[in-house]
Amino acid sequence: MSFLLTCPNCGEREVTDFAFGGEVVPRPSSKPSERELNTYNYFRRNVAGLQREWWNHRSGCRAWFLAERDTTTNEVRWVALPGA
Amino acid sequence: MSERLPPNPRERINRARTINFSFDGKDVEAYDGDTIGSALHASGQKVLSRSFKYHRPRGLLCCAGQCPNCLVDVDGSPGVRACTEPVRAGIKVTHMNAKPSLDFDVMRATDLFGKPFTPPGFYYKTFIRPRRLWPLYEKVLRNAAGLGRLAKRQADREWRTEYRRRRADVLVVGGGVAGMAAALRAAELGADVVLMDDGPELGGAMLAGQDADSAKELAESIRAAGVEVLAPAAALGFFDGLVPAWQGNTLHQVRADRHIAATGSIEQPLIFDGNDLPGVMLCSGAERLASLYGVRPGETAVVATTTDRGLESALALQEAGIEVAGVVDARAGDGSEELLGALAAAGISVHRGTGVVKAFGRKHVRGVVVADLDDEGRPDPASKRGIDCDLVAVSGGTMPATSLLLQAGAKARWDEASGSYLPDGVPSDIRVAGAVAGHEPRNCAAKSGAVAGAEAALSLGLGSEEDRARLQADRASLLRETEGPAPAGQARTQDAGSRNGKCFACLCEDVTTKDIDYAIEEGFDSLELLKRYTTVTMGPCQGRMCQLASIRQMSEDTGASIEEVGLTTARPPWSTVPMGVLAGRPFEPAKRSAVHGRHRELGGNVMWAGDWRRAYDYGDVRAETMAVHEGAGLIDVSTLGKLVVSGPEAGAFLNLLYPNRFDNLKPGRIRYGVLGDDAGRITDDGTICRLDENSFYVTTTSSGADAVESWFSWWLAEWKLDVQLTDVSQGLSAFNLAGPRSREILSGLTELDCSNDSFAYLDGKRANVVGVPCLMLRIGFVGELGYELHCPGPLAEHLWDSLLEAGAAHEIRPFGLEPQRILRLQKMHILVGQDTDAESNPLEAAMPWIVKFEKEEDFIGRWALEAVAERGAENKLIGFTIENGTVPTEGAAVVVDGQPVGLVTSSRFSPKLERSIGMAWVPAALAEDGTTITVSDEGRQISAAVQTAPFYDPDQELLRG
Repeated sequence: MSFLLTCPNCGEREVTDFAFGGEVVPRPSSKPSERELNTYNYFRRNVAGLQREWWNHRSGCRAWFLAERDTTTNEVRWVALPGA
Repeated sequence: MSERLPPNPRERINRARTINFSFDGKDVEAYDGDTIGSALHASGQKVLSRSFKYHRPRGLLCCAGQCPNCLVDVDGSPGVRACTEPVRAGIKVTHMNAKPSLDFDVMRATDLFGKPFTPPGFYYKTFIRPRRLWPLYEKVLRNAAGLGRLAKRQADREWRTEYRRRRADVLVVGGGVAGMAAALRAAELGADVVLMDDGPELGGAMLAGQDADSAKELAESIRAAGVEVLAPAAALGFFDGLVPAWQGNTLHQVRADRHIAATGSIEQPLIFDGNDLPGVMLCSGAERLASLYGVRPGETAVVATTTDRGLESALALQEAGIEVAGVVDARAGDGSEELLGALAAAGISVHRGTGVVKAFGRKHVRGVVVADLDDEGRPDPASKRGIDCDLVAVSGGTMPATSLLLQAGAKARWDEASGSYLPDGVPSDIRVAGAVAGHEPRNCAAKSGAVAGAEAALSLGLGSEEDRARLQADRASLLRETEGPAPAGQARTQDAGSRNGKCFACLCEDVTTKDIDYAIEEGFDSLELLKRYTTVTMGPCQGRMCQLASIRQMSEDTGASIEEVGLTTARPPWSTVPMGVLAGRPFEPAKRSAVHGRHRELGGNVMWAGDWRRAYDYGDVRAETMAVHEGAGLIDVSTLGKLVVSGPEAGAFLNLLYPNRFDNLKPGRIRYGVLGDDAGRITDDGTICRLDENSFYVTTTSSGADAVESWFSWWLAEWKLDVQLTDVSQGLSAFNLAGPRSREILSGLTELDCSNDSFAYLDGKRANVVGVPCLMLRIGFVGELGYELHCPGPLAEHLWDSLLEAGAAHEIRPFGLEPQRILRLQKMHILVGQDTDAESNPLEAAMPWIVKFEKEEDFIGRWALEAVAERGAENKLIGFTIENGTVPTEGAAVVVDGQPVGLVTSSRFSPKLERSIGMAWVPAALAEDGTTITVSDEGRQISAAVQTAPFYDPDQELLRG
């Protein structure tokens, strides 16, 4: 695997500069059922296609940001700081 | 150097300068510019290696780094290709894979007598029974397996390599005429171009031929045009647009927007009995040796071929001064009239419609047996005749070097007309140029390159309308030149020769044509299976010399067409590369505290602790432990992670992260905190001191510092609270001054009132100590009165020295990690990762008091912990004591009725308590004070008494006093 990723702070870098934070899984806003909790903790959609995910510019500014990436081609559609 | 030819203008060597090196202890004289292989060949050393399985002698074959025949060990680095490795003065070259010597190799027995025992896949079939002999078999097999030996000492195996990343507009792989033309055109149009080639000099196939001068000119002009040339730099593979190339001590990682594959083609050997004997060389290899290094490949040559390449080569060899005893051409009718005429004029006899049946000789070719071939390419035994020679130059057509293209997602389509593979379905960011594109004959390679270069640059938005027009014109003329059937004589006809005797399809792995037949008979009748079973194409040549041969034979054996047989999946690395180059510089960053030098001076046994170098002890664990109990001890805890969390919502933030409360912590007070995740699992722990209304000082475990910072900042990104996070781990040092006399010591060094009333347990205060600004945390990890002093790193040495100096009157001792482990175990203070694992939660890990379900917040882990609380704990972390002083191994099982039900996580002998203490996970039913548990430790059954309260000072009187 190798592709370029754009850090919203620092710009385009090799993906090896970053730590992958996994697909975005929203934390339940109120007490979940045990099944919902287990789904949140342990299940991932693991899509072949567009996925919204967390990245951390670990060897750079250390910011966490969101990206939408096609998991089959590694094409990154957009990146953004959360809330931006 | 009797084997040198007269000087020629193309040669790379400087005959005025000699260089000496050694081969197997013997001195060898070489010329500057020689490769190890050319120098050895010139010195008369024709056998360079022994083969992988049968230990047959092997000599130079390709002279271009394509085959496995010349692998040697250079100064302790095995697997170096002698034919391309430049000679350097004083290097020690040794042979590989032969014992006791290259001349006499006992393992040759596998070739001479071992035939019935070493069929393909023999390691699945033999050496199995009787089972009890396996240790012996294993020893023998491991000795026999592999090529070369790694240096014994780690330091001798290390590579000082660096990664280098390079962005470019256009990357050209291959520095032959097509690659150079492509690079030049792209650069002329304004592109930033990188060109890589595995040879030391650009020019590819041109260098050994008549066009050598124009290759040099072209190379100069591309450098002048600003192309960055990496040579010799072998491209290793295609990784989603990233092409790594190994050049000396650098691993270039080139990422370009457009790629041009100009990787050329690889001349193929022929199949006949003894086709691996030293003296059998590819035509291109023999020519390279003669032309580039002025080395005589042999006295008398027979050229065996299936294409016009062999006819050209015969002329070139004779011109270089080698007697050509005949050309054996498998084609009965084809062949360029012009070349045939030239051969006739040169007095070289051409045996048309014949093939080589056998090359004979013991360690070197002494001659060949040739025979007439019938329509299907089978030799007629009656027509067999011998020709004496000491060089057999072979050319079985070419195989385009498509591996990188295939790795990039292209396909290779068999083209019956040209008898070759052509790239198909090439991804849009890649252009193909030259021989690999099928743009033979060579006179259109330059045009093919220029078209590819222009296409790449123009597709990046460079160039003008005029350039577009020129591209159109070039494209049209290229199409005209390459249209229609391949020119007569270029196509490869069927293989010549017989299949009797040892005909090697794969030189790397010693796979004969019979082995392939045998494997197919056994049912391995798909190419991918055949590859895995026989290991054909899996050796150092990566299929360069054997892929086509194995495909052709499978096609013949099974009756499937070449297209139906298909190709095996192309995978990196395309060129052999030491693992150390891929690993990069051996890089073990050591973190050292600001007073690391002091630990050395004090006799500390310094060891790795995660990334840190820390003092395990200072020589006397017992005395250090007792000093903390009786006087005072000082330990360097600078390794702790340290975060400042500040802002109006800092308290709320920590309330969400930790299971206990922090918003109600008073400024100047400290609270212990356990971090967990939403599955309730413990991930880290530490103390949190509220510095003022809006800021907290959070410490983490030493190894968890990075992960906690990352965890905090992730949730901060998610929750978007008004909080700032500052990691001060690297800037601050910290020492724990502990022991009953620590207060006296500290009082003498600061103006702060250190009395118990004013500076109580779990107070955090800021004050100067010997003039050093400190944050002082009164906490008790080691179980005695103690102060953790956090101060700026640059001042730490002064503080450390002053504490030890002032403490001298109070019998202070520095103490290391091991005494600290005993001390904390006496208090049952957990070590995250030692006493907890990925399944531990605070309710079960003896800390139910820390989880405040009454908090309003849905803190991290709340829901999972609620579920645990509802279900009830299944297992619990407890303490245990063993009266007789036995210390069970950490990790030993706790058993009930002989069945493991838990495990010991920590165990030590406590010199203070004079008994063994430990912690263990046990089923909740056993977690009661006074219960006896059984620890099974390497056959011993040890009884231990459960204790849930700390072993030492359970009521915290010492800590609070």
